[in-house]
Parts: sequence; structure tokens; C-alpha cells
Amino acid sequence: MRVIAHVAVSVFKESVRDKVLYNLVVFAVLLMSASYLIGELTAGQDVKIIKDLGLASISVFGLLIAVFIGIGLVWKEVEKRSIYTLLSKPMRRQDFLLGKYFGLVLTLVINIAVMTAAYYAVLAYMQVISPPNLRASWPAPATDPALLKAIGLIMLELMLVTAIALLFSTFSSPFLSAMLTTAVWVIGHFNQDLRDYGATIPSPLAASIARGIYYVIPNFSAFDVKLQVVHAQAVPLGYIGFTTAYGLTYIALVLVTAVIVFSKRDFK
Amino acid sequence: MKVHPAAWAALVVLLAAVIGLQMIQAAQPPLATPEGVSPNLLYVRSPQALRRATLSFQAIMADVYWIRAVQHYGGTKLSDDPNKQYDVLYPLLDLTTSLDPYFDVVYKFGSVFLAEPYPAGAGRPDQAIALLQKGLRTRPDRWELAQGIGFVYYWWLADYQNAAMWFNRAADMPAAPDWLRPLAAVTLAQGGNRASSRVLWTELARNADADWLRDQASFRLKQLDALDGIDFIQRIVDEYRARIGAPPASWNDMMRAGLLRGVPFDPTGVPFRLDPGTAKVTLDPSSTLNPLPSGGHPL
Repeated sequence: MRVIAHVAVSVFKESVRDKVLYNLVVFAVLLMSASYLIGELTAGQDVKIIKDLGLASISVFGLLIAVFIGIGLVWKEVEKRSIYTLLSKPMRRQDFLLGKYFGLVLTLVINIAVMTAAYYAVLAYMQVISPPNLRASWPAPATDPALLKAIGLIMLELMLVTAIALLFSTFSSPFLSAMLTTAVWVIGHFNQDLRDYGATIPSPLAASIARGIYYVIPNFSAFDVKLQVVHAQAVPLGYIGFTTAYGLTYIALVLVTAVIVFSKRDFK
Repeated sequence: MKVHPAAWAALVVLLAAVIGLQMIQAAQPPLATPEGVSPNLLYVRSPQALRRATLSFQAIMADVYWIRAVQHYGGTKLSDDPNKQYDVLYPLLDLTTSLDPYFDVVYKFGSVFLAEPYPAGAGRPDQAIALLQKGLRTRPDRWELAQGIGFVYYWWLADYQNAAMWFNRAADMPAAPDWLRPLAAVTLAQGGNRASSRVLWTELARNADADWLRDQASFRLKQLDALDGIDFIQRIVDEYRARIGAPPASWNDMMRAGLLRGVPFDPTGVPFRLDPGTAKVTLDPSSTLNPLPSGGHPL
């Protein structure tokens, strides 16, 4: 456990050195300028648009971090040949890999926590400056705590993306890993279509294959409740609990696969 | 490594050159669009394709399309082009509501943009109704959407049978206000009248969650006030004519006869106009309330 924690902290420190946290400044500037400009560009619904923009930005910034740092986690050590030194120490390969994973997750958690704080600060400002009759027309207050449900599921989605990026980084180049991770993320959003594919094609075999893929490919659309929380639609805790269980199970599956692949890799 | 001062100078000169060239280019007249080609481009027209392409960013894309719709409507409305077109307005609103079916304001404002007669709007009340009906399919319990359909039938189409039906449907929905049922009954019994119109615009002004919609409703209410004022003064002018046997040549004649205390003004403070030939009271051409609703409007 201590080894995993050490590796995780060093990954986090490295991300700070690589100026990954600069994205927080971009996020803050984006939200603050948007809160001013949106009112000039649109007719009403400023708060709804700020909410959408904040959630989408948290998701996009997190995704960029997860993919582009995740794909280099193992590859960088191999490229710099520091992997030989690391593995010669009393450290199991799985500890190294899990440390890398949790280090990036820690970076993501801190990023998202700061982005969430900035997001709520901008929303609180919008709440204060909006006249009472406008506030009365909102389906929920600007600082609706239900937004945290969407942010929580975004975090879970990013943890899964990180695990997938790490898996690919254990056996392929960063470019290929980025392509494959992005491809899985995109396909994961089309999962519902795969399920319904059987209704549109005559071949039962093709329909069965599509259904099989539907069950195997990660269902990323399940983590997306942004639309619902912004419109104050109910997102039952049961749904969040089930999706969390699904996400954590899938992450475990991907990490175990990554450990197996990494264990079999020959670094001699 | 130290940067050569010439490099900094080159950077400044090149930046100034880029900005200068862009300013010159911006001052040039835009290239002419080939005849028959609309300058309003919409790359994706299929809501289904767009829904899939936006992955988990449908809400933010809906916002982008909504802003595009508002800009398209506002830009076209303000354009001096005699052939201006609102040709992508409905597709933009359709795409927005397909990406985010709960985006209430798009149905509400979009139907106003579509129903308003050309050139102030698209002049397509049919599309306004289609948009609101699309909203009702997603939110069958939103009385505002059903009332909006009734409003389009009432105000823009003067179809009181359908207007009353939709007001009744709205009244049956949860949290519907009390004034909807009597409005439906009056509309069905008497067709359109100024009192009902006033109720509709007053409620719109009270519940509007955007300044421009409130302004629009206030403008319509002022027009209704102006129509009331014209009717009132016309009766006095007719009385003068009956008493004197000739139409008044000016407001002064009316004042001398003791029928008016001063020059009558419309709600914007511009004097009403009296035609000495026909003795008809109208708005002054300089009044911002022109043109007053007439013809198909329920007045």
C-alpha cells in the first residue's frame, strides 16, 4: 500500500511540475468571461447556459488530462529507461501500475474539486445578481447541490477513462493509446445504438454480436446526467449507486487486465 | 538563451502588421453571395445525427444552437437587406430542442420569433405551433406550451375555435392559472376581443423571464391602449361632427367646442393625428407604436 501511495504522490508532483494545473486558470477565466458574455449573446437562460458550460468544461478538461497524461504514464518510464531502475527496487509491478493510476486519479480529483469550487462561486454570483422574478423562473437555484451528482459521475467516468488509457499505455505507443482510448470513449457513447441494432437488421447473428458488444464495451452514456441535473429532473440515488457500482467494477476489470498485460511484458 | 532584441522587434512589427491587415480586410465590402444561395449555412440538419455526434455534450451544444438561433433572428431582424431570410430559424430551433428537449425557453421564445409576421419575424405561425407541439410531446404537463399554441391561434391566425380548445387544454394541466378557463370560454363565445387580448399580453408581460419578451408584451399593451384611445377620441370627434354639422379641422376646434381639454396623446407621448378631410383619428406616422394591429388580429 505504501509503495502505491509513494508512486501516486510522485505522479501527482510530476503533473504539477508539468503545469497540468494551469488548466484551472483557463477554466476559471472561461467561466467568468462566459458569465458576462452569455447575457449579451442569448435571450434569457444565462444560468442554464453557465451550468451547461461549467459541466461540459469540467468533463472536457478532465478528459484531456485523463487521456493525454494517462497514455504516457507507463510509456514515459519505458522511454526514459527509468522503468529498469524502478523495477529493480523492491516493488511489485502491480504496485507500480496502481500507483501510477491512483496518482493520476489524485490529480483529477484535485482538479475537479477546484473546478467545482470555481463553478459554484460563479453560480453563486449569478444567483446574487439575478432579480427575484428571474430566480423564480428557474427550475432550481443556481447553486443547486444536485449538480454534484453530475460532477460525481463525471469523476467516475474520468477514472474509467484513466484506467483504459493506462491499460493501452502498458503495451502501445502514446499515439496509438490516445487513439484507442478516444475510440473506446466514443464507442462507449454509442452503446445504446448497439443495443437497439437488432431491431434494424435482419440477421440474428449480427444482432447477437452487436448485443454482445453492447454488454462488453463500457457504457459511458450511463455516466451522463448533465442534462437532467441542469433541468432539475430527478436523478434517483439508486441510479447513481448502481452506475457507481458499474463504474467501479469496470475500473477494477480494466486495472486487473492492465496488471496482467504489464506483468507479462518483458523489459530485459 | 538570451533572445536577440531584433526578434522582439520583429514580433511587435509582425503583430502590428497582422492586426493592420485584418483591419484593412474588415473595411472591404464582403464578397457577393451567388444568386439563389442563402448566406445562412447549417452544416448539420439532421437532429438524430447531431444528437449522436455530440456524444455527452448535448446540453452545451443545445446552448450553442440556441445562441445561433437568437443571433440569426436578431441579425436578420436588424438587417437592411430587402431580401432577408429567416430560412434557418426553424431548423436551428428544431436542432436545439432535439439536443435538449427540456429547454423550455426555446419553445417559448422560438415560437414568438417564428410567429411574428415578416419582416419582423419569420411569419410562420404554422412552424411556431409545430415547435410548441414538439415541446408538449416532451413535457405534456406544461400549460405554458399549450397556452402558447392557443396564443398563436388566437393572435396570429385568428382561429378562435382552435385557440379556445388549446386554452382549455392548458387550463386542464397542473398548476395552470385561473384566468385560462374564462379566457377559453370568452374566446369560444365571442371570438377575439380587445379585453381578451389584454389579458393574454398582461400575463405574458407578468410571467416573461426575459426583458425583450416583457418589452414586446408592454409594446403590445401600449398598442391596445392606443386603440382604446383612438376609439374614445373618435367618439368625441363624431359627437362634434353631429353637433356642428362639419368635421373638426384640428384639435383646436374640439377644444374651443369644449369637447377636449388639450391635444390628446398616444401612450408614447406623441399626439394623435386628426385627418381634417375624413375626421378619422389615427396614430401620428412618427409614433413608435406604428403599425397598429389590424385585419386578422382579434381587436
